[in-house]
Amino acid sequence: MAFLPELVLLAGGLVLFFVATGEGLAARARLVALLTALATLLACIVCLSQEAVLFSGAYRVDGFSQLLKLVLSGGFTAVLLLSGRLPDIRERIQPEYYLFITLSVTGLLMLVSCVDFIALVIALELSSFPLYLMVPMRREREGQRSQMESAVKYIMFGVAANGIMLFGLSYLFGLTGTTSLPLMAAQLQPMVHSPLAVLGLALAFSGLYYKLAIFPFHFWTPDVYQGASNETAGLIATLPKIGAVAVLVRFVSLASTDHATLAAMLGALAIASMFYGNLIALGQTDFKRLLGYSGIAHAGYAVVGFVTLSDPGFAAALYYITGYMLMVLACFVVICRVSKDGTNVAIADLAGLHRRSPLLAATLIVGVFGLAGIPPFVGFFGKLSLLTAAVDTGHLALVIITMVNAAIAVYYYLRVVREAVFGDPVEAATPITLDLATRILCVTLIVAIVALGVAPGLLIDPLAESLNGLNLPLAGIPPIAENVSL
Amino acid sequence: MTTSSNLIFGLPLLSLLIFSPLVAAAGAALIGSERLLRWWALACTTVIAALSLPLWSRFNPATAEFQFRESRAWIPFLKIDYSLGVDGISLLLVLLTTLIMPLCILASWNYIKVRIKEFMICLLVMESAMIGVFCALDAILFFVFWEAMLIPMAVLIGVWGGPRRLYASLKFFIYTMAGSVFLLVALIALRVKTGSFSLEGMMGQDYAPGFQLWVFAAFFLSFAIKVPMFPFHTWLPAAHVEAPTAGSVILASVLLKMGTYGFLRFCLPITPHATHVFAPWILGLSVIAIIYGGFTALAQSDLKKLVAYSSVGHMGFATLGIFVLNPNGLEGAVLVMINHGVTTGALFICVGIIYERLHTRDLNAAAGIGKFMPVFTGFFGVFCLSSLAFPGTNSFIGEFLVLAGSFAHSQVVTVCVVPGVVLAAAYMLRVLQRVAYGGTNNPVHTGLKDLNVREVITLTPLLVFVFWIGLHPQPFVHVLHATVQKILLQVGPVLPQVTSLLP
Repeated sequence: MAFLPELVLLAGGLVLFFVATGEGLAARARLVALLTALATLLACIVCLSQEAVLFSGAYRVDGFSQLLKLVLSGGFTAVLLLSGRLPDIRERIQPEYYLFITLSVTGLLMLVSCVDFIALVIALELSSFPLYLMVPMRREREGQRSQMESAVKYIMFGVAANGIMLFGLSYLFGLTGTTSLPLMAAQLQPMVHSPLAVLGLALAFSGLYYKLAIFPFHFWTPDVYQGASNETAGLIATLPKIGAVAVLVRFVSLASTDHATLAAMLGALAIASMFYGNLIALGQTDFKRLLGYSGIAHAGYAVVGFVTLSDPGFAAALYYITGYMLMVLACFVVICRVSKDGTNVAIADLAGLHRRSPLLAATLIVGVFGLAGIPPFVGFFGKLSLLTAAVDTGHLALVIITMVNAAIAVYYYLRVVREAVFGDPVEAATPITLDLATRILCVTLIVAIVALGVAPGLLIDPLAESLNGLNLPLAGIPPIAENVSL
Repeated sequence: MTTSSNLIFGLPLLSLLIFSPLVAAAGAALIGSERLLRWWALACTTVIAALSLPLWSRFNPATAEFQFRESRAWIPFLKIDYSLGVDGISLLLVLLTTLIMPLCILASWNYIKVRIKEFMICLLVMESAMIGVFCALDAILFFVFWEAMLIPMAVLIGVWGGPRRLYASLKFFIYTMAGSVFLLVALIALRVKTGSFSLEGMMGQDYAPGFQLWVFAAFFLSFAIKVPMFPFHTWLPAAHVEAPTAGSVILASVLLKMGTYGFLRFCLPITPHATHVFAPWILGLSVIAIIYGGFTALAQSDLKKLVAYSSVGHMGFATLGIFVLNPNGLEGAVLVMINHGVTTGALFICVGIIYERLHTRDLNAAAGIGKFMPVFTGFFGVFCLSSLAFPGTNSFIGEFLVLAGSFAHSQVVTVCVVPGVVLAAAYMLRVLQRVAYGGTNNPVHTGLKDLNVREVITLTPLLVFVFWIGLHPQPFVHVLHATVQKILLQVGPVLPQVTSLLP
């Protein structure tokens, strides 16, 4: 029962596998994927209060994991809806596309439950490899091969980051003699300040920095966003980041709460990411590249929550990244619908959007103002809770730097809004007609972004609560010696 | 926290005032007919204005406590409360807001021709946020309302504004946003010291002097941009010139007051030590603003720009009154805020009326219309006199109190301000002389229509207040006494005390 959401996804994946063996079944594959997503969402709601320890203590189902699974499956449904009929994926391989997207989400769902790092690495790979394949599945236009370049970049960086992460984990294993995170948390406490432990933790984080696009693991971001089809970019920009933040919470909480070295390191990365992302975003003309660079900056904001090494900070980071997912999804809905035939969307292409489709314009404005951190949208309260946690733990300088960055970011977000609201369309403004699913998605996203902004307690209280006892010893698990079998 | 005196129709009064414009905006979204939309917005804002009257009648001027209190937990995780209340200062500002809004809608009756629905929704959302800013007693609630005004205001300028509206709208947005960024940092820093975002909890604490200086600096940057004080004022003429009439009126009458309100609500009670440290510098900036605003206004030929620069000068009086830190100065400053809202709002409506007829705001083109529009010139003349603080009009009382307060504080500062008063007379009389008696040889003026009934109705309430405050200011000052005393108590040892000039 506790494993139900994952089982549903796996079953969906299996069905899709068989569908993919046939020819010309894209529409059916889409239906199966959508049904899987909805069933997963339902299963996550049903299993929200489940608690269990599975697979010899490698897998823990608790409030933390179930809440994030709910968020992930909601995001999965949204991504499928915004993908529409995949205008930019080759017709023949569309069923495979749906298969991969389902498998990738399965990996993410498992990732948030893993408490043993062998299982965790496997889940991480399961979530990554389908993405590596989805990037080059974009249609080839006249001489356009940038998706191949992006895919190679994505995979090379991904594999390298994973290698570094494994290397770091090997140090942690060597220090503690266990691969189980709860056991490791206890074992690591006495020596958490030793250089080797710090090095191990720092290296172990890098695989997650890559997913989150934290400086200096960000280089793939703008190119992959630009090279991948709009739908794939929408997926890459959102769901994996939630998984990465969730695992980062587990990893960072291995360290003690007064670990100045780790805090300094995270702080430096956060600052570098924010400045790098925001300053380069200022000069972008392609909307997806802009979102890519701003994504680097937003990952930096989320890391501010980790600098605090405290539960309120972690809860804030999770809340922030969930809000970020909603806001970026709102932007990608607009990209996918404005895009003609699946091409990339320049900021200038958004001109006069309010005349072409008022609902899309509203979605874009809510999403972009949310990203800019203007109340009453979720982005503002996300930043507020991050900054409050940071000041609580005495990082005032970091807070000021973050706010300076937020002010810089307002400028390029306003450019987007200016085009959409005040700009005159270059060509005759053809209205964009939206199907029912898109309209439902737009309204849902707007409502969610506003509701989580007006009543942040809906999400942040359960998140904060679920963080209690994140790394508590697992009941009924054999002690270390028998657990080690590498 | 809700007692029976807070309720009206069984609903808490302040929440009702804040949220009814939102409900009205939602209603406007459902209305299709443009004619009906105008009447709906007018009716709603008028009803809201009527609803705000019990604030005045039930307000107890004897106490400095916040009244009409409402308080409930909003986001317990961050210790943010939904907490509202008004004292003498915010009472007057809320009433000013509810008074101005129906007039704004009347003034835009024919001025706005496209996208009327969106326009009315913007105005109503603005009203909600503006009332919220003046009522909020929780720092984050204040901040949310403060920022929530940005988007509709930028849209008002950017969609219905003049030719350079985009530039003006972005400049307005970025300036204000840049300021409020530091406000938020300061609020979070205070929250760590006091444990909650409650404004009252932040007041009267014994913060370290160094900490106070930083917090004050952050507050100051944010509020000085909003006022706007001298070096931060450059967004104001751009925004005013491009904004539609209603936008200019709201900007001048209400938005600028939020800066000075911020000084009174945040800087003085929360960081008293830093206030004393910075006060001389701010007095200097105020004097510069008054003189600079006067000279620049004198040189303008665009009527809106002229009124905009005169605003810089008037708001200089307000900051001057606040930072002399004595009862006359503070009460005068609040009165200047209210008067400026009434007078400058009226002047912008007048400029809008000229623009609707001549399609230009150029002073030379408007020369001599007094011959053809006698009723208009009557109104315009009174508002011009009020703007230069002619005795018997509202501004005289405010500026006189401020000057009395500043005289008690420092005679040098007062002497420096006097040329500003003369300048105000110079630029306002210059305008009045050109508009009313500028010669009748301007052929385009033949056939100009004088004010119609709607325009007379728009201007009359403001005219009433010009003379009401000018001739009988006592009730307005009366509600301020207790509040001002409390703020001065919080700000600590004051320089030579002078007994209040008005009872």
